[in-house]
Amino acid sequence: MKTIQVATTINGDAVEFVCAPEEPLLDVLRNRLGLTGAKEGCGTGDCGACSVMLNGRLVCACLVLGAEAEGATIATIEGMAAGEVLHPLQQAFIDHAALQCGICTPGILVAAKALLEKHPDPSDTELRYWLAGNLCRCTGYDKIVAAVQDAAAKMRAA
Amino acid sequence: MMDTGTHKRVFKQVGTRPARPDGIDKVTGRALYGADVTAPGMLIAAVLRSPHAHAQIVSIDTSAAAALPGVKAVVTGADLVPQIDAMMRDVQENCLAVDKVLYDGHAVAAVAATTAAVAKAALKLIKVTYRQLPHATDLDLAMLPDAPVILVGRALESVPAGMSANVTHHCEFGHGDLAAGFSKADLVVERSFRTEATHQGYIEPHACLASTTSDGKADLWCCTQGQYNVRTICAALLGMEASQLRVTASEIGGGFGGKTVVFIEPVALALSRKSGRPVKLVMTRDEVFKATGPTISTSIDVRIGMTKAGRITAGHAKLRYSGGAYPSAMVDMGAQSAFAAYDLAAVQTLGWNVLTNRPKEAAYRAPGAPQAIYAVESVMDELCQKLDLDPLEVRLMNAAKKGTRSSYGPTFDDIGLMATLQAAKAHPHYRAPLGAGQGRGLSAGFWFNFGGNTCVSLNVNTDGTVGIIEGNPDIGGSRASISLMAAEELGIPYDKIRTIIGDTSSLGHNDITDGSRVTFAVGLATIRAAQDAIKKMCGRAARIWGIDEEAVAWVDGAAQPSGPNAGKFPPMSLAEIAAVSFQTGGPIAGHCEFHADGAGVSFGVHLCDVEVDRETGATRVLRYTVFQDAGKAVHPAYVEGQMQGGAVQGIGWALNEEYIYGKDGRLQNAGFLDYRIPVASDLPNIETVILEIPNPGHPYGVRGVGETPIVPPLAAVSNAVSRAIGTRMSILPMSPPRILEALSGS
Repeated sequence: MKTIQVATTINGDAVEFVCAPEEPLLDVLRNRLGLTGAKEGCGTGDCGACSVMLNGRLVCACLVLGAEAEGATIATIEGMAAGEVLHPLQQAFIDHAALQCGICTPGILVAAKALLEKHPDPSDTELRYWLAGNLCRCTGYDKIVAAVQDAAAKMRAA
Repeated sequence: MMDTGTHKRVFKQVGTRPARPDGIDKVTGRALYGADVTAPGMLIAAVLRSPHAHAQIVSIDTSAAAALPGVKAVVTGADLVPQIDAMMRDVQENCLAVDKVLYDGHAVAAVAATTAAVAKAALKLIKVTYRQLPHATDLDLAMLPDAPVILVGRALESVPAGMSANVTHHCEFGHGDLAAGFSKADLVVERSFRTEATHQGYIEPHACLASTTSDGKADLWCCTQGQYNVRTICAALLGMEASQLRVTASEIGGGFGGKTVVFIEPVALALSRKSGRPVKLVMTRDEVFKATGPTISTSIDVRIGMTKAGRITAGHAKLRYSGGAYPSAMVDMGAQSAFAAYDLAAVQTLGWNVLTNRPKEAAYRAPGAPQAIYAVESVMDELCQKLDLDPLEVRLMNAAKKGTRSSYGPTFDDIGLMATLQAAKAHPHYRAPLGAGQGRGLSAGFWFNFGGNTCVSLNVNTDGTVGIIEGNPDIGGSRASISLMAAEELGIPYDKIRTIIGDTSSLGHNDITDGSRVTFAVGLATIRAAQDAIKKMCGRAARIWGIDEEAVAWVDGAAQPSGPNAGKFPPMSLAEIAAVSFQTGGPIAGHCEFHADGAGVSFGVHLCDVEVDRETGATRVLRYTVFQDAGKAVHPAYVEGQMQGGAVQGIGWALNEEYIYGKDGRLQNAGFLDYRIPVASDLPNIETVILEIPNPGHPYGVRGVGETPIVPPLAAVSNAVSRAIGTRMSILPMSPPRILEALSGS
C-alpha cells in the first residue's frame, strides 16, 4: 500500500513519519510514534479520549488523518507538563481526586487547557458544556469541574 | 474470627486525602492501559462476528483468509478446548461460537495478521454459511410457551414444570404470612415495571496482548478486574497449566463489573499459539456494545400493602430477568435485595431467569439490585402519595436496623440505614422549595458487599520504606487506600509505602475486583500482613535487646520495650530495624493469605430534584444528594467519587441509556452517539454526605462503598419525574419519547 511521508511538530519536537492515506492521526500517534497518552475510546469522535491540539484547535485525533499533520503543530498530553513540573490542571486533578480509572483524563486535560487558554474564567455551566464532548464514566464529573476551576483560579493568579 | 472492637480508634492517616500513587502517571499519559503496550514481532488480531440474532453455523471456510499475504493465523470455535462444565462451556462458546450464534455480535472466528488492515481484509474472506433461526430479544416474549428456544436443556430443577425452555432459573425468598399481611393493609398498590438493559460503558474497550512460546508458556497482558480469573478460564480454554500462564493486569480504564469476564483473551492466546508470535487484540466500541457487558433486562411486578399510618404490612415481588443468551443467576441478587431496606413481617420475592438473543450479561455495579429496588421504591413512593404521607418518614418508620430479620434471611448486625435516612431528613435539600413543574424523588438502596480470597505481601525495605504487592486491579484509587491502611497500621508515613498490583505469578489467588470487596478485603489482608511484619520486627528488636519477644510492643512506628521486666531501651523505628535486618536474621516481610469474611452490608439514600420539559419530554436533574454509610471512609475523596460516579451512572440508566433492538434482533445503537451516557452538561454537582457506622467485621470499620450508589438513582429519578409530571412512570429509561407518551396518556 502506498504510504505518505509527513513532517510535523509534536510537543515542540520535529517529527517525521510515514502513514497510510486513510490512517487516523490517533493511530499514528499511538502505533507509530509511541505516544499512547491519547486513548481510543470509540474511534468515531464521540468520547473525546483522544483529544489533542492541532494548530491550536481542539480535535479528536481519531477524526483527523495522519496525513493532515503535514506542516502542523500538534500538542498531546505528553507535552503538557514542563519536564517534572506538572501543569496546574494536572496538579489540580491529582489534588481533587478528579480521576478514578484515568482513561479519560488525558483527553479531558487537553480539552480543559484549550478552554482556559481562551476563557480563563469560565462559569461551571460554560465548563460543563465545553467538556460535554469528553465522556467520563467514573466520576460523575463533579470533581473534574472542581479541579478545573481550582486550576483556573491558580492560573489567573499566576 | 475477624478483628473487632478496635474500630473506634482515633486514626492518624486513615481518613485523610493524600495524592494517589498512580496520579502522575495518569495525568501525564504515562500510565499503560490494555491497548498501550507492544511486543517485538507483534501481530494484530480482529474478530469476525455474527450479523444474525440467532442462527445455525452450517459451515465456516477460512481457507481464503488464511491464504491472504500477511495473515499468520485464523481460529474458530474448534480451536478452544471443549469444556465439560456447563458454565465454563458457556464462556467458551461465548468467546468463539460453536454450532450456533446466539446474538448479533457473537464471535465466530478471528484472524491475526501483520497489520490491522490485513486482519480486517482477511475477515471479509472468511465464508460463514448460516441458517437463520427465529429469535427473541424481549424477555416477556421469550417466556411464552411458543417462543424460539435459545438453548435446550438448561433449566435448573428449581424451575417449575410447564414453562418455556428459555426459563433456566427460579428462586424464592421471604418469610411470614403474606395473606394475613395484605389483609391488614389500608391500601395495597400493585404495579408492573420494565427496565431495559444498559451497558457499563467503561471508556476503555477490552484489549489484550498475548504471547505464547513453543514450550507451553504464555504471558498475557490485559485490562481486567481479575487477572487470576482470567488465568483460570484461559488455562482451561487453552488446555494449559495455570502455572505456565502468567497474566498481568494493565491499568484498567473502567470496568464496573464488565471486566470480570473474558472475551478476547483466550482468542488472542489461541492466535498467538497458532502463529508463534505475540498477538494484540483490541475491541472496537461497536464490538464492546454488541458483544460484552450489558446488564440484565427486567420485567417486574411489585405489590405492597400499607396502613394509613405508613407501616408496611406485606411486600411481594415477581422478578423476571434476562441475562441474555446464557443462563444467569443474577435474579437471585434482585430477589434478595428488593425489600432489604425494610423490617417486614411478611415478604416474598420470586425470580425467574429467561434466555434471550442478547449478549451474555456481565455484572454491572450491584448487579441485579438496582432494578428490583427501583420497582419496590417506586411502589413505596406511590403509596406515600396516595396516603398523603412523607416518603422519608415512612421509610424511617419501616427501616431495617440491627436485629431486623432481613427479607433475604440473615439478621442484620450494625447497619447504617436509619442514620442515613436521618441525615437525609436533616439536610437542607429535603426542605428546599420546589418550583412549578419540578419534582423531588427519594429512594433507599442496598448492597451486600463481599470479601473473598485475598493475598497480600508486604516487604520491609532496608531504607525504611515498604513495598506492598496485592492482586486486585485498582479501578478507582484502591492503591491509595491500601497504602493508607498499611501506613496506619505500621505507623510510618503514607509516602514511604508503594503498593503495586502483582501478576498471577507474584501472589496466590485473589478473587476479582468486585463486590465492593477491595478496600474491605485487601485492606484487611494488608492490615494483617502489616501485623505479621510488626511481629517479626518486634522479634528482631527483642533479639537486639536480648529480651523476650513478648516484652516488645509496637507503638507509633517503633518497637518499644514493654512490661515490667523488659528493661530500658530507646525505641527502634521501622527504619532502624530494617537497616540492620541483614544482621538480625535476613529480610523482613509480612504476609496474609486468607478468605475475608465479615463484609458489612451498606445502605444509601438519594434525593433528586428534576424539572421536566412537557413540550420535549426532556428531564433535567436540578439537584442531587447522596447519603451513604461507608463504615469508615479510608480515603474520603475516593469514597465521594464512588458515590458521585455511581449516582450518575444511575441517572443515565433512569433517563437515557438502553439497548435498542430492531425487529431483526440486531442492536441498533452500538455507539456512544446513540447509546447516550451522561455528559458533563447534563448534570448538576452531586452532593455527598458520608456516614460512618463501623462494620464490626473490619478492624477499622470499613464497608464496601462502590456498588450501593448505583442502586437508589433509578427510583429517586423516577419518583421525582412521576411527581413532577403527575403521572406514575413504570419503565426505564424515561427517555423523552416515553415521557411524552406518558403525558399524552394522562
